[in-house]
Amino acid sequence: MVSENPHLGNQPEPLQEDSDTRPLSMTTRRGPRSLPPIPSASRTGFAEFSMRERMREKLQAARSKAESTLLQEIPTPRPRRLQSPGEKELETEFGAEPGEEAQKTQQEDDSQSRSRVKFRDSVRKIKTKPPVPPGFPSAEEAYNFFTFNFDPEPEESEEKPKAKNRDGTTQEEEEGEEEEPPVQGIHKTDEQLLISATEAEAFLWGLDHAAADFVAVRPADYESAHVRLQMEKELLFVPSRLTVPTYKKLPENVQPRYLEDEGLYIGTRPDVPRTCQNIMENRLLTQEPGRRWFGDDGRIVALPNPIKPFPSRPPVLTQEQDFRAELETLYKKAVKYVHRSQHMIGSGDSPGNFQLDIDISGLIFTHHPCFSREHVLAAKLAQLYDQYLARHQRNKAKFLTDKLQALRNAVQTGLNPAKTHKSLDTTQKTINEYKSEIRQTRKLRDAEQEKDRMLLKTIIKVWKEMKSLREFQRFTNTPLKLVLRKEKVDQKADEEAYEAEIQAEISELLEEHMEEHEQKMEAYRAAYQQWKAWKKAQRAKKKKKKQAVEEHPEEEMGEPYPEEDLVKPVPPEPTDRALMEHQVRERAARSRRRPGEPLLVPELSLAGSVTPNEQCPRVEVLRREDVKRRSIYLKVIFNDKEVSRTDSRPLGADFRVHFGQIFNLQIFNWPESLTLQVYETVGHSGTTLLAEVFLPIPETTIVTGRAPIEEVEFSSNQHVTLDHEGVGSGMPFSFEADGSNQLILMTSGKVSNSVAWAIGENGIPLIPPLSQQNIGFRSALKRADAISSIGTSGLTDLKKLAKWAAESKLDPNDPNNAPLMQLISVATSGESYVPDFFRLEQLQQEFNFVSDEELNRSKRFRLLCLRSQEVPEFRNYKQIPAYDREIMEKVFQDYEKRLRDRNVIETKDHIDPHRAMVAKYLQQVRESVINRFLIAKHHFLLSDLIVEEEVPNISILGLSLFKLAEQKRPLRPRRKGRKKVTAQNLSDGDIKVLVNIIRAYDIPVRKPTASKFQQPSRSSRTFSEKHAASPTTHSPTHSADYPLGQVLVRPFVEVSFQRTICHTTTAEGPNPSWNEELELPFRAPNGDYSTSSLQSVKDDVFINIFDEVLYDVLEDDRERGSGIHTRIERHWLGCVKIPFSTIYFQAKIDGTFKIDIPPVLLGYSKERSMIIERGFDSVRSLSEGSYITLFITMEPQLVPGESVREKFDSQEDEKLLQATEKFQAECALKFPHRQCLTTVTDISGKTVFITRYLKPLNPPQELLEACPNNPQATAELVARYVSLIPFLPDTVSFAGICDLWSTSDQFLDLLAGDEEEHAVLLCNYFLSLGKKAWLVMGSAIPEGPTAYVLTREQSHYLIWNPCSGHFYGQFDTFCPLKSVGCLIGPDNIWFNIQRHDSPLRINFDVTKPKLWKSFFSRNLLYPGLSSVQPEELIYQRTDKAAAAELQDRIEKILKEKIMDWRPRHLTRWNRYCTSALRHFLPLLERSRGEDVEDDHRGELLKQLGDYRFSGFPLHMPYSELKPLIEAVYSTGVHNIDVPNVEFALAVYIHPYPKNVLSVWIYVASLIRNR
Amino acid sequence: MAAAGPSVFLLMVNGQVESAQFPEYDDLYCKYCFVYGQDWAPTAGLEEGISQITSKSQDVRQALVWNFPIDVTFKSTNPYGWPQIVLSVYGPDVFGNDVVRGYGAVHLPFSPGRHKRTIPMFVPESTSKLQKFTSWFMGRRPEYTDPKVVAQGEGREVTRVRSQGFVTLLFNVVTKDMRKLGYDTGPSDTQGVSGPSPPPGLPL
Repeated sequence: MVSENPHLGNQPEPLQEDSDTRPLSMTTRRGPRSLPPIPSASRTGFAEFSMRERMREKLQAARSKAESTLLQEIPTPRPRRLQSPGEKELETEFGAEPGEEAQKTQQEDDSQSRSRVKFRDSVRKIKTKPPVPPGFPSAEEAYNFFTFNFDPEPEESEEKPKAKNRDGTTQEEEEGEEEEPPVQGIHKTDEQLLISATEAEAFLWGLDHAAADFVAVRPADYESAHVRLQMEKELLFVPSRLTVPTYKKLPENVQPRYLEDEGLYIGTRPDVPRTCQNIMENRLLTQEPGRRWFGDDGRIVALPNPIKPFPSRPPVLTQEQDFRAELETLYKKAVKYVHRSQHMIGSGDSPGNFQLDIDISGLIFTHHPCFSREHVLAAKLAQLYDQYLARHQRNKAKFLTDKLQALRNAVQTGLNPAKTHKSLDTTQKTINEYKSEIRQTRKLRDAEQEKDRMLLKTIIKVWKEMKSLREFQRFTNTPLKLVLRKEKVDQKADEEAYEAEIQAEISELLEEHMEEHEQKMEAYRAAYQQWKAWKKAQRAKKKKKKQAVEEHPEEEMGEPYPEEDLVKPVPPEPTDRALMEHQVRERAARSRRRPGEPLLVPELSLAGSVTPNEQCPRVEVLRREDVKRRSIYLKVIFNDKEVSRTDSRPLGADFRVHFGQIFNLQIFNWPESLTLQVYETVGHSGTTLLAEVFLPIPETTIVTGRAPIEEVEFSSNQHVTLDHEGVGSGMPFSFEADGSNQLILMTSGKVSNSVAWAIGENGIPLIPPLSQQNIGFRSALKRADAISSIGTSGLTDLKKLAKWAAESKLDPNDPNNAPLMQLISVATSGESYVPDFFRLEQLQQEFNFVSDEELNRSKRFRLLCLRSQEVPEFRNYKQIPAYDREIMEKVFQDYEKRLRDRNVIETKDHIDPHRAMVAKYLQQVRESVINRFLIAKHHFLLSDLIVEEEVPNISILGLSLFKLAEQKRPLRPRRKGRKKVTAQNLSDGDIKVLVNIIRAYDIPVRKPTASKFQQPSRSSRTFSEKHAASPTTHSPTHSADYPLGQVLVRPFVEVSFQRTICHTTTAEGPNPSWNEELELPFRAPNGDYSTSSLQSVKDDVFINIFDEVLYDVLEDDRERGSGIHTRIERHWLGCVKIPFSTIYFQAKIDGTFKIDIPPVLLGYSKERSMIIERGFDSVRSLSEGSYITLFITMEPQLVPGESVREKFDSQEDEKLLQATEKFQAECALKFPHRQCLTTVTDISGKTVFITRYLKPLNPPQELLEACPNNPQATAELVARYVSLIPFLPDTVSFAGICDLWSTSDQFLDLLAGDEEEHAVLLCNYFLSLGKKAWLVMGSAIPEGPTAYVLTREQSHYLIWNPCSGHFYGQFDTFCPLKSVGCLIGPDNIWFNIQRHDSPLRINFDVTKPKLWKSFFSRNLLYPGLSSVQPEELIYQRTDKAAAAELQDRIEKILKEKIMDWRPRHLTRWNRYCTSALRHFLPLLERSRGEDVEDDHRGELLKQLGDYRFSGFPLHMPYSELKPLIEAVYSTGVHNIDVPNVEFALAVYIHPYPKNVLSVWIYVASLIRNR
Repeated sequence: MAAAGPSVFLLMVNGQVESAQFPEYDDLYCKYCFVYGQDWAPTAGLEEGISQITSKSQDVRQALVWNFPIDVTFKSTNPYGWPQIVLSVYGPDVFGNDVVRGYGAVHLPFSPGRHKRTIPMFVPESTSKLQKFTSWFMGRRPEYTDPKVVAQGEGREVTRVRSQGFVTLLFNVVTKDMRKLGYDTGPSDTQGVSGPSPPPGLPL
């Protein structure tokens, strides 16, 4: 209607058309109405009209128009809706009065139906259109185009209300019919309109169409919520939540049938909420075939278990055979599993201690030679009674009766034709099945009942026999007594039931017989027919034959009679009801309790009394005596070996033996057999083996405590005849007086026992692994628990099982049988193939796009794999190339080499084979430890991820409040800590090591060359006077030698780190001051700046002090005025080595360090120049050697990685561990910065109390013998020995993990350890030397937190640095130990609670509780902890020859290296000098680098007089070659580039016990003087 | 060399951190950085950025607009570890302390073209009520040790977070040589090189 407006406004034609239309449409209505016309009619007419022309002109235009019309179609219901409430308008609009009353009654439906009408007519249009205008197919298409959308809707809207409200269905249908005529009318108008439109077409033809034709301007459409709701109601269906009455769900006139009531098993339905069910039911009912979803009982059909019993995989397209082949078991060669603990020392207990518990509770004889006749009867009675009880418990007869009843009911219901809704065929079939089942059941029941009755009768009979026997022999042997209890029954009811039963049976039988008869009759008829036919044929044949014989007489001969004579069948006899009834009654009488007869319940008791011996006849007394003499014991035979036996127990008068013993068998393998042997001892004579009892080996599920007591029967075939009342065994005897009715009984009995697997301490059953061949069967059995669930373990053939199940007619619905039925159904259903093996990810194969080999061949894939596994070589591999071809093979070389070398000990790299082995071992320990902690590393704590302020306590709050009042800019600003940087987002060049070199003291000074021929006098200063307490006496004798103002030395410092070298300017004098900052870049290995990587940086910072010497090289004196030609030479004086890890962990290193100066520095001497620096002398005089003051730090400061705080398992007492925690907490509260150590981790990762490490241990005998009279010298020697063991920090070997303490023997075996190990060993040596020694935990420079050793001499304390072998007095200012946290002795720990912690200022008297807090005190007494150290250390003498060989090789390698470092120069070796040096080195070792300098120098000068000589010996412990090379390199000897320089290099190795090697390297450069 | 077959592909992303919706907070600024795998390397542009402080608009939208440009180019050999942009938004609390207002991360879009992403932002929660109070009082809210944590899955199970607001990002993505290396990320018509033609005979 809206769309008409533009046409009205613009063109007269539509107007005309409109006027044409209106009368037409008005005819259907009543009275002229301007508002609203039936929009669909008029609009479609128009649309059609306009469309028609347009389709001819332009398809595009038509489409747009169709769209616009479509749009118009949607709002059309609106005007109607608005009117709908008004009844009058309704009337007028439709003009269809008949529908009025229906509309009155149902307003809601009305609107729906009306809209339906609308939809319908559009549909109708589509349908009716084709025949109407033959000339305009295009218009029809256009209609289809835009009306098509509505096509499905009318059907739906029609369906919905019908389904929704069944009551209203009929009404609505009426409505629909009533509404049909108007639609027809409208349709007619449509046609007419079309015709008129055709007429108008000619007029319209020539007109051009303005844009207004295509563009409709109209207000925005609005749909009210109400309208939308209405529309939705049409489209949507909301199922009700109300319960659906049952009759709706079932077919008409069918009563719900409940299968449970019929005695059939119905599984429990899955639990579904009631409302959900209701909704579902409502929904199903509205759908077309909805009813088939409902079962007989009116509920939705449901499986008890929604899970399908077998997998429904889509069928595999490949051949069945292939599919199986893919899944079949592959046999691979066993891969040896390398156990982690293998690398650990002394950890891991041997696997495979399994235990089988055999409980033998007792033995009962069911027959024994000593049985009297009465005993025989008693045993029989007991057996029968047991049987009775068992039967009674099972009560099969009752069960079968019930079943029979249920089946009969089922047949009844099934027969009722009114209720049948299934096809007759199936019903008949089921009924037949039921009937046959009834027959079976009945037979079974009868048999059972008969058996019951027979049993009862037998019991009574035996009891009677026994009674008569007792009477006869006038004594009783057994206390058995049988009581029959009568239970009254209601006779009448009983009789009725009995009769009913018989009648039912008879009728069934009759029916059966009838059927049978029918069949027989059938068969008879057929047979009869056949017979008749045959007869006929025979007759005909005979006739024929007669002719044939005449014609071909010979033919008859070859043809035998093909058919035999058929006997004329006899018709079957009908059954006789009377006869049958008789039979039934007879059987019932036989097997069933007569009606009214009381129920007999036998009760066996042991209430009777046994006649005492005195009253018995002699033979009986003899028998009893004999019984008493006998005793029984059992042997336990395991795998055909006797493992234990029970006590021997006397046989009781009741022939029962009680053992009650449990045997624990410790076994290693799966048992093969388990047997008990029953032995009998008679008096003191020998024992006889009565019988063997074979026990089954328990299933793995049976463990102690859960195993039931089982009785295993045994019997023996021995023949025993006895001369007394005993009946004997294997001998015939009789109860009768005349000896008839003989019985032969064999000795037999039952052993009650239980066999089970023991449970270990931690609850794990101690069951050996099922590895042997024969176990496969057993474990397969175990897996198929379905079979074991019914108790018939041993059935493995599923086909057989299925057969058995079919035969035994298991109730498939019984939950007890469910697993079995499922198994069978899976096994027998053809398409699903149940493999007898199991695969994980069995679909994997199908997803593989390339074969595994191909995948493994891909280098890129391999690289990616290795990187994701965090293999060290590839952990930081960046930019893995996109193609295989771009990956170099050499990428893997290192890694593969490492893998190959893992187990191969290569001696080429490591010169000494032992060390190579140790290095490998260490590597393996490291790997295993790292692997163990790898998981912990990926374990995040909240603090790892989130920075959160801790909740401040009162003091901090107070402080912060106080801070508010603080001055903003204090006069004395306090230093603020630098911000620490986490090492994650760093890259190369970000980190710098800053070395601030401040000053040095006491640098050796040059010796004037003038004194070269002069025999040097001994230095006034003796190095032996080292003790800090000892006063120094020296005189400045030599200072006079130097001319005043002459430069003694021009030292400068060179810092090298990671082969980057920086040096300071040159200062002058022996006490130079540089005050310079050097900056060295730091590169992390592989560019990995993670914490763990940084911790494992092994590089050292070398701080070398050189002397810069200027030589005048001017050859020609004439040029002296015009040019200066000097050559700078540098002479190495000494070095300080600081490991990077120390810097990293300490963040800063600040202090004065002793310079490591070689014992002999040729050309230099350590002379005092007292005149110049008198002021410092008092301080310096306390020590000797040269010192340098340094400050080293890193920029930016890195956060050192925290060691993994993990609770290790421990073998310590729980109380002790708690005490340690408490102690540490207390200490940390008082002095948070002082180190307090109570427990440490040993090399196998267990927590050990620290004092266990301290124990007197013998030092090598060799050292003790060296200077037997001088304890101080011995102590020094021992310290030196310890210091010669190479130093390897834990943080390097176990990066980012934890401190592991190895025991002294492990330490000596490994020949590597850090401060703790050195200190422990040294302390142990001192303890063994009889000194009072403690381990000092504190911090030192430059090591940081470390361990030193404190000894108490007569009057003073000495502090020993275990790594260098040096010792210091307590009051030595240059002692590197700066703070003391705690002292550890072999039996106690003392924590320093003094105000100060510097060794200078504390008192080491641990007996004072005010100064030292001890761990073990009166509150907690020292429990006497055993040491983890070995009893004594065993030292092997080191092979001298190997040492010598090593020495030669080191020398050779070093020489090669020096030549390598001088690539541009010729390196000449002075052999003479080398041999001279080689000669000196042993002397140096002997004197431990002291006291020799001057002799030595003199010697050298004598020999090499015409050389200018600079060189020095280096001394190091030997660990491997690399540090030696580094050390030589760092001295810079090779840097001399004077053309005629010569070199000398000598190596000496002094072997100490246990492969501890002291290496001396003498390097020298010589320049010939001219 | 490029003609012979590229060994890396390039991912060029420009765009901007357009705006944010943080209903409760004002005066926020944001930082961004990228997290990418080991096979990735930035070749051009800024990897990190910190924006100006923006205040809420006065209108009903109350948008916080930064329009902070992102322009970065990566090269890679492997799509594993595709770059993610990690955003962290900071702003003053009641006492004027700078506290974190949200963390968020999103992968850079895979396919070339213009993409708009709205990332929900979250902050870690305090471990207890008391902590919450003190952290509020002291102006030291719990923060991630490294904002890049939000781009990785490992270790997140120990944290609890609360949602705070949204940040809208705009990316214009250009890739080079992805298809040549066998990675098809976009609709076929946007790629210059056509892939293997569909096998004939298939119904279209």
